Amino acid sequence: MSVEKTKNENEPVEPTTPDEAEPIGAVAAAEAAAVSDDERSDAARKVTETLSHVEAKVGVAKPDMILTATGVQRRFGGMTAVDVDHLEVQRGAITALIGPNGAGKTTFFNLLTGFDKPNQGKWEFEGRPITHTSAAKLARTGMVRTFQLTKALSRLTVLQNMLLAAPGNPGENLFGSLFRPLWSGVEKRNTVKAMEILERFNLAAKKDDFAGSLSGGQRKLLEMARALMTNPTMIMLDEPMAGVNPALVQSLLHHVQALRDEGMTVLFVEHDMHAVRHISDWVVVMAEGRIVAEGPPDSVMQDQAVVDAYLGAHHDTDLGDDALLDPAVLARLEAEEEKR
Amino acid sequence: MDELSRILIQALGQLIAPATAAYALAAIGLNLHFGYTGLLNIGQAGFMLMGAYGFAIATIEGAPFWLAFLIAAAAGALLAFVLGIPTLKLRGDYLAIVTISAAEIIRFAGRSTLWAEYTGGASGLAGTAYKGTFQDLSPLPDGRTAIGPLEYIHNGSDSWWTRIFAWGVVLIAVLLVWLITRSPWGRVLKGIREDEDAVRALGKNVFSYKMQALVLGGIAGSLAGMLFVLPISVAPDNMGRTLTFFVWTVMLLGGAATLFGPVLGSMLFFFVYMLLRTGMRAGLSDVMPAQNVEHLAGLMVGVALMCIVIFRPQGILGNKKELAFDVR
Repeated sequence: MSVEKTKNENEPVEPTTPDEAEPIGAVAAAEAAAVSDDERSDAARKVTETLSHVEAKVGVAKPDMILTATGVQRRFGGMTAVDVDHLEVQRGAITALIGPNGAGKTTFFNLLTGFDKPNQGKWEFEGRPITHTSAAKLARTGMVRTFQLTKALSRLTVLQNMLLAAPGNPGENLFGSLFRPLWSGVEKRNTVKAMEILERFNLAAKKDDFAGSLSGGQRKLLEMARALMTNPTMIMLDEPMAGVNPALVQSLLHHVQALRDEGMTVLFVEHDMHAVRHISDWVVVMAEGRIVAEGPPDSVMQDQAVVDAYLGAHHDTDLGDDALLDPAVLARLEAEEEKR
Repeated sequence: MDELSRILIQALGQLIAPATAAYALAAIGLNLHFGYTGLLNIGQAGFMLMGAYGFAIATIEGAPFWLAFLIAAAAGALLAFVLGIPTLKLRGDYLAIVTISAAEIIRFAGRSTLWAEYTGGASGLAGTAYKGTFQDLSPLPDGRTAIGPLEYIHNGSDSWWTRIFAWGVVLIAVLLVWLITRSPWGRVLKGIREDEDAVRALGKNVFSYKMQALVLGGIAGSLAGMLFVLPISVAPDNMGRTLTFFVWTVMLLGGAATLFGPVLGSMLFFFVYMLLRTGMRAGLSDVMPAQNVEHLAGLMVGVALMCIVIFRPQGILGNKKELAFDVR
């Protein structure tokens, strides 16, 4: 799989000048990341075309699924955190997993990636059962994840973070490690590849800095870059936009789209509705542990029941808007809420 | 003046003493555990005791030196393996609790009368019972040599041969640690120290790496125990919690996760410790009895350990920058 940035004319160009990248809030950043139809990459259009034939209902079969989950349940004491009947994830698409706090998104995510054990259920990745596969083994088979709270390895340099992620290094075997010639060649090749990826994520200049000295957004980028070093076929992002400043959100969204355009499957958990709306090809909505809706972003967003019940009736209201301080506006919103 | 030079020579002798080498090796093992992998082992004395018993009992039962040496190493590896299986999948604190208990269990088992036939009970095993094979190994002719102010016999307990052997083992250990920690294998260990879930998510078998580090450090600990008892005798009460905390002080003084930290830390620690004790014994002889000097010196070690952790957590050789950001 090519890790080089495809210099495709169709691909959105990242803003380089400050006036283009003015930090204008997550909404605008996400909107800027969204591109009109004729600017979209071939991969994006193809995925949209494929998924347009899929019926938007819970548990629907996809034409080319990479991951399927069936009857997955996870209980904590008396509380059922996750209860998913059936879910299929389309290969090569960006699938967003959304839902209110406590919906069980992250728990479901942890189950899929082997970081938690279910009470029952089974799932398959690329046709192979992975129900009892450990997280590490799962990562080796091509499904790599990132974390909501970024896990940069602080006291390793940025480059070491990257090299650590490369699979199949003979120097990672205790006995192999003793003999440098056994692994120095692999290490060199990995370094070249790591630098290519770092270049693409604008981290190349930081390669010798400790990862702990990076900013929060840079750590998110590093974590994504590091995940790419494992040659994944599917990349799972746990709230990639959380705690990232709006200017960087845009660049992150571009990176996520670029992954899809290179043929990777992306599944991500997200709170930021605008980000979800603009970059995902398919949206899965969870609430109270169950999947309550799925479909293309536009139709799911228009599903009034989903929006009202799980995202709040006023999800479009900017809470940072000064108008909310106006008692009259607040009163109107409250009245609307009463009526529902 | 004579008094002063005697004190200085005694302290200087500590720089190359076999016990200093034993502590250095134990700290090298602990450094693999804590410095590189982040494993909290508060029972290094237990590993040392396993090595000491393993070597001494094997020799008394008739094993040749190198077989007894291997048995000592295997004893440490076995203990590490047994302790690691239940604890390495849990959070780090559990290993700390289990290692300190295990060290105490081994010490009490050693001093109990139950196996006194082998362990010698509380009085331990006399050095003469197991030193023979080691001293026969010496290539040196009999006699004595002085290098500068330091003069020792060639062969015997407190001899040049014991020193050469002990420091030789330390040197090999340093070389091995250098080889394995500069490699991708060492990088995985450091990654685990920083965040094991992240490393797991990248497809590494974290449990296996932690076990390898625990076993290697345990082997270093048990061989250190063997070095520790070669010039003296096996006495379980000499190898208790105090020993563990001395090893910790040595490692933190030199610098955790540094190659030469444990060696430098051990030399410096025992040089200063001896200087303090003999100095105070001479200087404070009219103020307090010799026994109280020992206690005072022990107390000062504790204060020193606290000061290192608070004011210079990276130790002498550590990189200040590495500790500049939040460390769990």
